[in-house]
Amino acid sequence: MGIENVLFTIILAAGAGLFTWNVRKIIRNIQLGKKLDRTDQPAERWKIMAKVALGQSKMLVRPIPAILHLFVYVGFVIINIEVLEILLDGIFGTHRLFSFLGSFYDFLIASFEVLALLVLIGVVAFFIRRNVIYIKRFRQGELNGWPRSDANIILGIEVLLMSAFLIMNASDAILASRNFGHYITAGSFPVSGFLVPLFDSLSNNSLVLLERFTWWFHILGILAFLNYLPYSKHFHIILAFPNVYYSNLEAKGHFTNMDAVTNEVKLMLDPSATPVEIEGPIKFGAKDVQDLTWKNLLDAYTCTECGRCTSECPANQTGKLLSPRAIMMKTRDRLEEVGKNIDKNKGTFVDDGKSLLHDYITPEELWACTTCNACVEACPVNIDPLNIIVDLRRQLVMEESAPPASLSTMFNNMENNGAPWQFSPADRLNWATES
Amino acid sequence: MKIKTVAEYIAEGDSPEILFWVGCAGSFDDRAKKVTKAVAKILDAAQVKFAVLGTEESCTGDPAKRAGNEFLFQMQAMQNIAVLNGYEIKKIVTACPHCFNTLKNEYPDLGGNYDVVHHSQLIEQLLNDGKIKVEGGEFKGKKITFHDPCYLGRANGEYEAPRSVLAKLDAELVEMKRCKAKGLCCGAGGAQMFKEAEKGDKEVNVERSEEALALQPNIIAVGCPFCSTMMTDGVKHAEKEGTVSVLDIAELIAQAADL
Repeated sequence: MGIENVLFTIILAAGAGLFTWNVRKIIRNIQLGKKLDRTDQPAERWKIMAKVALGQSKMLVRPIPAILHLFVYVGFVIINIEVLEILLDGIFGTHRLFSFLGSFYDFLIASFEVLALLVLIGVVAFFIRRNVIYIKRFRQGELNGWPRSDANIILGIEVLLMSAFLIMNASDAILASRNFGHYITAGSFPVSGFLVPLFDSLSNNSLVLLERFTWWFHILGILAFLNYLPYSKHFHIILAFPNVYYSNLEAKGHFTNMDAVTNEVKLMLDPSATPVEIEGPIKFGAKDVQDLTWKNLLDAYTCTECGRCTSECPANQTGKLLSPRAIMMKTRDRLEEVGKNIDKNKGTFVDDGKSLLHDYITPEELWACTTCNACVEACPVNIDPLNIIVDLRRQLVMEESAPPASLSTMFNNMENNGAPWQFSPADRLNWATES
Repeated sequence: MKIKTVAEYIAEGDSPEILFWVGCAGSFDDRAKKVTKAVAKILDAAQVKFAVLGTEESCTGDPAKRAGNEFLFQMQAMQNIAVLNGYEIKKIVTACPHCFNTLKNEYPDLGGNYDVVHHSQLIEQLLNDGKIKVEGGEFKGKKITFHDPCYLGRANGEYEAPRSVLAKLDAELVEMKRCKAKGLCCGAGGAQMFKEAEKGDKEVNVERSEEALALQPNIIAVGCPFCSTMMTDGVKHAEKEGTVSVLDIAELIAQAADL
């Protein structure tokens, strides 16, 4: 092992360590949410994860982005086999460690190259879709600033990584053809072969420099990208899997019944009833991120801001303020803020006078929702913005007594007449005798 | 046709096979009352032993729950469950997808366990079993498009029953681009029915009605009293009420079967 390998191992360990540290912080933030049991029906959960996360079934609704996304997704997953070889080469100072696989190795390298090209095609198409063509969901206000830059940074990094990989292979192949040093003839290069004429006139030393530079650039780039993930919407590549595993398996129309309310109502109807035990302070609805469930918070970190929810939302389509994507983004922003507050105050949250409701999400957004579940249906990774919307509405109604006036009237009617309108309950059967 | 209440059945020492949950719209809204009557006619013609709760029925609490008033919802739910369990109700049919969803999904946790079906599902079964017969009838050859109710479709995954019922009409069924799982809401759900829409540049029901009208149908078929109101208003907004009617699937079947 040379100094190069020691340096590599140190950088690798540091990169992995930093990533772990950031991920643990995200896990801690997610655990700020309220309890919710999503461990039932494991077989069903593995099945939905295989279908929706691994199999990308919900992407297929829109075929063009589905194919482009498939290029990048499969490329990312499969090229990781190559990254494994690169890591081992880096640690042990070997070169193309897996080349003993012979013709299978040729096949592997060839497929990585084809995938790298497909990733490049996908990423360039994505860049055009986001920045050149007018696609409404990529132009909406909530993406202004960091979210739009974030998306383009991700695409840029992927172009650089794939280019480095291909240039590395091209320079490697030239050196191998010249029987230079330890550069052995291994692998098959259907894509980088086209780059060979670009570098063929370079000297052996320049080529070694180019090969080493692109090798280091590629692997350091991957480590840097890995550590970029926790700060980025791109974290969905990891969280999509657990998030789909913990999907709501109930009918989408089934909204949870609040146990705290059940207790109160039971005691109201029958003072001798025994209440269900409830942990922690009882709140009727969610005001801040800590009042949401951990699944809501996992949803927020999983969201990659594709905007399919918003483009299907009837309220958003008709110009209302509500955007389900913005609900998720604001939840994540507030959660990050709360997390930083906890870091700064040695592990405890110090009231900052702000909350998710009002400071991030306004009642106007919440009251525009028709609870139609289009956003939930549209999400390729089973995020549920509706669940957050309803929990915030509960806070507005039950804790703040601030529903829109017309809904107050509706509540009164229901309480007094058993119907949302002002009709006498005695008239309920009139239809049977009217002509 | 005499509509019997559960209480009347019990008084006679008998009990109904199925409870017809009429719902608030079905009881009080003039347009929805016609659908209620159509459902009753179908059940009667199919010789289904059904009853209603009459004045003992109360709102399921759906709009209160979606609006965030969980207290009011559970108050309504517990009172209804007390009545339903008191009468030992086993099976319920309703023409309102909101009642359907709430009774089916949200009452069990609170002690109300019933086999709940939407009227499109029951009518489908009655047609398949030959209990009611529709031979073409007056809708033969007419162009019909079905607007999926959110709380039947996406919320409960039922897209086929209403379509299978409509198929019996020998009509030309056409689908809107946004149908089934991608169906656009009429704009009434989540208690929007009972409030002014938030500020925007268009009403949801206008958007949806325009989509339906673009197919130039004779009939927009619905399966929900709120969708019915919203689509009817949307058709009026487009000044097409003279040529396009908005009808519930129960009305279509009742009319086609000459009930």
